[in-house]
Amino acid sequence: MRTLFFIIQKEFLQIFRNKGMLPIIFVVPIVQLLILVNAATFEMKNIRISVVDMDLSISSRKLVSKYQGSPFYKVVQTTFSYNEAIDLMHKGKVDVIIRIPNGFERQLVRENLSKVQFIINAINQAMAGLSSGYCTSILIDFNSELLQDWLNPAQMAGLKNIQTDYSYWYNPKLNYKTYMVPGILVLLVTIIGLLLSGMNIVREKEIGTIEQINVTPIRKIQFIAGKLAPFWVIALFELAFGLAIGKLFFDIPLVGNLWLIFLSGGVYLFVILSIGLLISTVTNTQQQSMLVTFFFMVVFILMSGLFTAIESMPGWAQQIDRLNPLMYFIKIMRMVLLKGSTFADISLHFYSLVAFAIVMVSLAIWRYRKVA
Amino acid sequence: MKRFRGFVVKEFFHIFRDYRTLLILFGLPAIQLLLFGFVITNEIKDARIAILDQSKDEATRRISEKVLSSGYFILDKNLRSYKEIEQVFRLGNVKLVMVLGPDFSKNLDKTGNAKIQIIGDASDPNTASILVNYIQGILSNYLISLNAEKIPMQIVPEVRMMYNAQMKGVYMFVPGLMAMLLMLISALMTSLSITKEKELGTMELLLVSPLKPIQIIVGKVFPYVFLAFVDACIIILLGNTVFGVPVVGSVGLLLAESLLFICMALSLGILISTITSSQQIAMMISLVALMLPTILLSGFIFPVENMPLVLQWFCHIMPPKYFITIIKSIMLQGNGFRYIAFETGMLAGFTLLFIFLSIKKFKIRLA
Repeated sequence: MRTLFFIIQKEFLQIFRNKGMLPIIFVVPIVQLLILVNAATFEMKNIRISVVDMDLSISSRKLVSKYQGSPFYKVVQTTFSYNEAIDLMHKGKVDVIIRIPNGFERQLVRENLSKVQFIINAINQAMAGLSSGYCTSILIDFNSELLQDWLNPAQMAGLKNIQTDYSYWYNPKLNYKTYMVPGILVLLVTIIGLLLSGMNIVREKEIGTIEQINVTPIRKIQFIAGKLAPFWVIALFELAFGLAIGKLFFDIPLVGNLWLIFLSGGVYLFVILSIGLLISTVTNTQQQSMLVTFFFMVVFILMSGLFTAIESMPGWAQQIDRLNPLMYFIKIMRMVLLKGSTFADISLHFYSLVAFAIVMVSLAIWRYRKVA
Repeated sequence: MKRFRGFVVKEFFHIFRDYRTLLILFGLPAIQLLLFGFVITNEIKDARIAILDQSKDEATRRISEKVLSSGYFILDKNLRSYKEIEQVFRLGNVKLVMVLGPDFSKNLDKTGNAKIQIIGDASDPNTASILVNYIQGILSNYLISLNAEKIPMQIVPEVRMMYNAQMKGVYMFVPGLMAMLLMLISALMTSLSITKEKELGTMELLLVSPLKPIQIIVGKVFPYVFLAFVDACIIILLGNTVFGVPVVGSVGLLLAESLLFICMALSLGILISTITSSQQIAMMISLVALMLPTILLSGFIFPVENMPLVLQWFCHIMPPKYFITIIKSIMLQGNGFRYIAFETGMLAGFTLLFIFLSIKKFKIRLA
């Protein structure tokens, strides 16, 4: 026990003496949380549109004013030349072109059918899908208003109608930040934990100090535990700090039981730090270790459901994703913090993390060799 | 010149002997591209929904059928009461609940006023609003088919998707991936390889050798230019052959711009290495302070225009943002140099700035 205490003390001393690393460990993640949460938004606003109204009738102007009045849109150009509008799109200065053809109103009255063209920059397919949805729903609204203006009540009464209400639970204002804060927090804690532990043993190898430890009577399990403990404390502290910031600055709900979060977080960090130490024991230089870490991190992050929905991945990918600890912890964080899920609701995810932790810690201990 | 060549050869040996690093350097772009292409999509399909049908008649069955056969939704569970809604949401699988009101068919025929309630799990607001949009579309189509031929004066939207008619997500990711990997290899690897010499003490040896400091730096950097460039080609090729991401514009221009970006990232890497003394710090700075902003503040995943104004200013000092704009412009929109002159100028400006700062900071003596 005394040996363990000494190695933990040594690690803490090393961390707190390194004046270059301290701000990176403590300040950078917090600054990033503040900045990135604001950046990571799918909320659409300021869709830049260019209006090509060739009709200039009462109806077409009314339609255009609908778009001008909506908070989602910003009309950046009004022109009669379609080519001018396309050129602006090539320059990347406009997202949607609305083209109302000549004779729009006349056809509407005479033939009961008229067309409006939307030309959408679809390089970002997700955004394009959303803006196309918004554009057409405004058009549908406009269409039904038009009907009410022109038709008599008798004609209207013959139509069937379904009333639909929509409600959004847990987050009625559809605030994207409350969704991102828990996720990005997991991301930051993971990055810090994985990098610190991943670089740790290999650094001692590179500098040569590992030899000095290897000749001491310290046991493998003590060594790994001594390396794990300081980072575990630091990362858990950062999790708590990040949650406090999330509450203060972003007003995330924190509906569920916080102890549940820290319990899962503690287990999760065992997984992450052991993976880091494992990488550290199998690589020879810090550069290698960093690249391996980066590689796994990118795969884990991209498949974690942080930015994109897991359900939309193909089936085989979802099966592989069962091996992704990040996925479980992000789910737990979001479920407990935002919806107040209880232990029973998250038990499957929690036990998966426990299983991971046991496997990874044993692997790290087994793989560490006391010979150079 | 001969000395310099010898030095460059040494650096190449360093890199090529470390097969693990090499494997990752070339494997990483391939695997990431495959991941992005096959696995990561923003498109939502097969979302799990629960239905609470209070009428169980002809019309509600028809509506449920319509919704479930749309390809967007899978039925997770038929609910029996309002209380169960909260339960299924807390378990987390169900994203949306549709509640069909009582006496649905009767109301629809007689008063024309049947009721449907849609409840989205907005703890994920993006998915919730997209799903509600989908279901809205399905319901209004159903309504139109009910009232067929009775509605006069219809305006039909005609939507054309420019540059990406098949709406592939991978179009968006190829440019971002290029920026990210070139940044990683160029900035991170160079800063590490220079600080490593410092840490191991071999920098001292190089500094007392007859090589000039500028030769040392250029020699260190040169192999990474080569590696990064090969990676850029791999991404473009794979994107094109496997996922059909076109290169509409000029390939030469694209490669030239990539080279410019690589130079920018390298000079950034040199700058980082001149102000740090240990690999750990160099890596932390490159990774934590550069990678995340490269991913999130560059328009890679989240469009810059949606961000708060202050952050948009931040984005303007992120070199990857300009590079991503350039690649999209050349590869997907097929634009010529005229359209990207400003962005190119910005990248060149960043390069000069970083080189200038590095020269100011460079010390030939180690403390």
